[in-house]
Amino acid sequence: MPSDPSSKSSHSAAGASAAAHAGAAPERDRPWMFRTYSGHSSARASNALYRSNLAKGQTGLSVAFDLPTQTGYDSDHPLARGEVGKVGVPICHIDDMQALFESIPLDKMNTSMTINATAAWLLALYIATAERQGGDEKSLRGTTQNDIIKEYLSRGTFVFPPEASMRLTSEIVSYTVDHVPNWNPVNVCSYHLQEAGATPVQEIAFSMANAISILDYVRDRPEVDDEALPRIFGRISFFLNAGIRFVEEMCKCRAMNQLWEEIGRERYGITDAKMLRLRYGVQVNSLGLTEAQPENNIIRIALESLGVTLSKKARARSLQLPAWNEALGLPRPWDQQLSLRTQQILAYETDLLEYEDLFDGSHVVERKTAELLEAARDEMKRILDMGGAVTAIENAYMKQRLVESHTARLRAIESGELTVVGVNAYQESVDSPLVEQGSDAILKVDESAEREQIASLEAFRARRNADEAARALRQLEDVVKNGGNIMPPSIEAAKAGVTTGEWSQLLRDVFGEYRAPTGVSAAPLADASEEVRAVRDRVDELSARLGRRLKILVGKPGLDGHSNGAEQIAVKARDVGMEVVYDGIRLTPREIVQSARDEGVHVIGLSILSGSHGVLVKDVVEQLREAGLGEIPVVVGGIIPEDDARELEKAGVRRVYTPKDFDFTRIMNEIVDVVSESNAA
Amino acid sequence: MLPEEAPPKSSGETAAEDVLAAARALAERVAAGDRAAIAEALNTVDDDRPVHRARALALLDALEPRPHGVRIGVTGAPGAGKSTLLDALVSGLRGRGRSVGVLAVDPSSQRTGGALLGDRMRLGSAARDAGVFLRSLAARDQLGGLSEVTGPSLDVLSSALDAVFVETVGVGQSESEVIDLVDSLVFVAQPAAGDLIQFMKAGILEWPDVFFVNKSDLGSIASRTAAELRAGLDLGSRRDPNHRPVVLCGSAAEGRGIDELIDAIDDHQAYLARSGEGARRREAGRIARVRSVLATRYGRRGLERLGVDRRSRDRNDGPIARYVAERPSHSVDRLADELGACIEEAFKRDVR
Repeated sequence: MPSDPSSKSSHSAAGASAAAHAGAAPERDRPWMFRTYSGHSSARASNALYRSNLAKGQTGLSVAFDLPTQTGYDSDHPLARGEVGKVGVPICHIDDMQALFESIPLDKMNTSMTINATAAWLLALYIATAERQGGDEKSLRGTTQNDIIKEYLSRGTFVFPPEASMRLTSEIVSYTVDHVPNWNPVNVCSYHLQEAGATPVQEIAFSMANAISILDYVRDRPEVDDEALPRIFGRISFFLNAGIRFVEEMCKCRAMNQLWEEIGRERYGITDAKMLRLRYGVQVNSLGLTEAQPENNIIRIALESLGVTLSKKARARSLQLPAWNEALGLPRPWDQQLSLRTQQILAYETDLLEYEDLFDGSHVVERKTAELLEAARDEMKRILDMGGAVTAIENAYMKQRLVESHTARLRAIESGELTVVGVNAYQESVDSPLVEQGSDAILKVDESAEREQIASLEAFRARRNADEAARALRQLEDVVKNGGNIMPPSIEAAKAGVTTGEWSQLLRDVFGEYRAPTGVSAAPLADASEEVRAVRDRVDELSARLGRRLKILVGKPGLDGHSNGAEQIAVKARDVGMEVVYDGIRLTPREIVQSARDEGVHVIGLSILSGSHGVLVKDVVEQLREAGLGEIPVVVGGIIPEDDARELEKAGVRRVYTPKDFDFTRIMNEIVDVVSESNAA
Repeated sequence: MLPEEAPPKSSGETAAEDVLAAARALAERVAAGDRAAIAEALNTVDDDRPVHRARALALLDALEPRPHGVRIGVTGAPGAGKSTLLDALVSGLRGRGRSVGVLAVDPSSQRTGGALLGDRMRLGSAARDAGVFLRSLAARDQLGGLSEVTGPSLDVLSSALDAVFVETVGVGQSESEVIDLVDSLVFVAQPAAGDLIQFMKAGILEWPDVFFVNKSDLGSIASRTAAELRAGLDLGSRRDPNHRPVVLCGSAAEGRGIDELIDAIDDHQAYLARSGEGARRREAGRIARVRSVLATRYGRRGLERLGVDRRSRDRNDGPIARYVAERPSHSVDRLADELGACIEEAFKRDVR
């Protein structure tokens, strides 16, 4: 944990001017923690990347896990196919964890782990690894994201139902408060809400309602002492987003500061000022990063950093910057370096850290802050009145609001009301020298990484003591079923060689798997623009020709849970008059083919953002042919590099759409074309 | 002497025979449970191009006389937990080794013709089971009822599978239409004190054969609701005076009461078989479906042309009923087409 930047506040201003007169360097606050979200292929490869980033001046780690690890599958599980090592590092057992932190003493490092459904397990592995290194869990510093509610709303890597998830979250909180006191057990996330389309007011209200539901749950547990409540409150930290409208974003952070303190005092009776401070980390907005003229993103990222650093009162404790090419694919070390240098220049070359808060007393900032605060309070109250954040998940309220906001944003981009430079304005461009001809300016994960990881996993299973592992699992089962904190038996299981898949399957068997409601039904009908009406006419015409209404299947194969794109496509398809079977996330190719056949669809739309498209889409196309459904056209959308797109087309995919294809009406027109062509006879 | 050759058939006759033969072959495969055939059959009956109508009718005629699985309607207000319950019911039946189909009618149709069919998502593990056939249907009918293809789709599914569920949100017209399509009706109720009056007002108590008070994890409010329901059932009129509807409590989310619900449905099926009520319902359903299609297509004037007395309360009497009763092996669609032709003749005569 970095030292509190405000600790020198009473001395800085006077000290700075005195020092300036004396000719010495002015006093400045210590900067926030520099992290870069990273991990890929294997523990060993990621370890090398971490060590290199640390050598470049990064001050904390931020671990990205692959989707199978995040959703509780070992690398050799059928659903892990194509996903291993793609969006993060695969961690199946303690040897993987140890390799990940080879030569990185955990008792001296600060590690943020983006892990939610399986947070307890990964934390158990981390603690077990620290002990293997000779460290003590009491000295560990870092964060487990552990925020399930936003998973239901955006990332989609939840596994268990809300009640069970709250139990897991609260047990991590109560364990760490006593045993790992400098650990942040939860990062209540508003970052992902903005990525899913949330407005600033929604970001504040939903995340605060979420934090309240966690605190209430923990507070009401019989084993938690009232005395511990201030400490528990103090350990709740946040993970925010910083968008391009950086003035409003700064006011949002100031408003959150105030609201958090209000909640602490009024709802939980906390009086200790230190415990009431809002602590948060940030990753700046990625949704707005463009594929077109991607170099523009360098500027966007730098400007977005301002929203969470300019105002000292509301400054982030740690900052993660995405790379300029995130809309193209995974960043290479050079791309990550550029983002790190951006932070270092802001922190060390500018005079930002030499001043007290720049905006206290600004009536403009204070008015905007108050406006956001009031609206957020109202929305938060609405959620609390309906029963809190968990209820607002189960009844799809929050999800529906997000789908609404996201739909509105996309429509505004389509109509030009919202300007995105290089996309719907100023599109003329010379070729970007940053994107070399013929090669994709991204990191390509070696396809052999998956094979190697599986081989390594099998070797691990062969050499571990199977009896010990089985015994540890039984003890874990006892605690899961009959009560008790899940952390101690999980740590023992980690040491005994239990794997990620085994731990998760045990919990799945007891808690069940959850299917979250989508918010798509709430998306209001589009106002009929000329273009939309024209497409509707075409859909009507084609439907008459086909004899029944044009029917499309929209679904996501593999483990990627970012369903916003797929949902927006589903909504748009409905708006132009198609019948849309929305099949949801986490589908195997076999399930997609079954749905396509049973529902009698005319076209299939697949959405994949995790990089597993090569394997999974080809599987779908193949299985369609085997089932005699080869004449049903397939279109694909997602994060798909040019070369891969050509490969997919060669394999039979009719169209490939990437983030640059923001005009959904045009996409719908092309889908009509595709179905028309396939049914020409 | 050379054997007499039969005169050569006209191309129209040959084509018609081919259609018939193909339809019968498809019907065989459907009855055998062939999934690809089921999908093809569903697409066929949904095809409204005149050229393809003959195929659809031939297929439905071929399926009509065959044995059919059990048809169960699941209805209730939004939020009562129908999808969760359906998921549990399907799993339960699969556990007992039965093949299951689900016709999920999504009410989210828009005037533009588009619809978001989200039932595959809502139904959870049931939708993923390779032994379950789930078909999503848009409600489609601009007049507020179920789309015309609901009945024929159900005909297809029930000739292939042991049990078929029809799930609707059921507000208003579509609810009473479900009655005509199914053998047993299950009503999923939310526990809520004082709602009994609402139930009675909406006429909802008349039709269901089994009531399931869901979310009984909410405690005594659930058992109170069940008690109120039982009392209300004693007071009101019932569609079948010989059978007292069963009221059960449970929790779909927690998997409680599901076995009892399946048993109750099985019991009702047994009762329908031995009492003859099942056959009566199917016949009444056929008549009602024919009548409904004709009403949609030709309106009141059309029905009058058939000699249907507007004032008659008994739907099982009258010209439509007699026509249908005399043709037990005709499919509903065929009957509707034939009577429709009569109506159109009558309209033409009117003009003259």
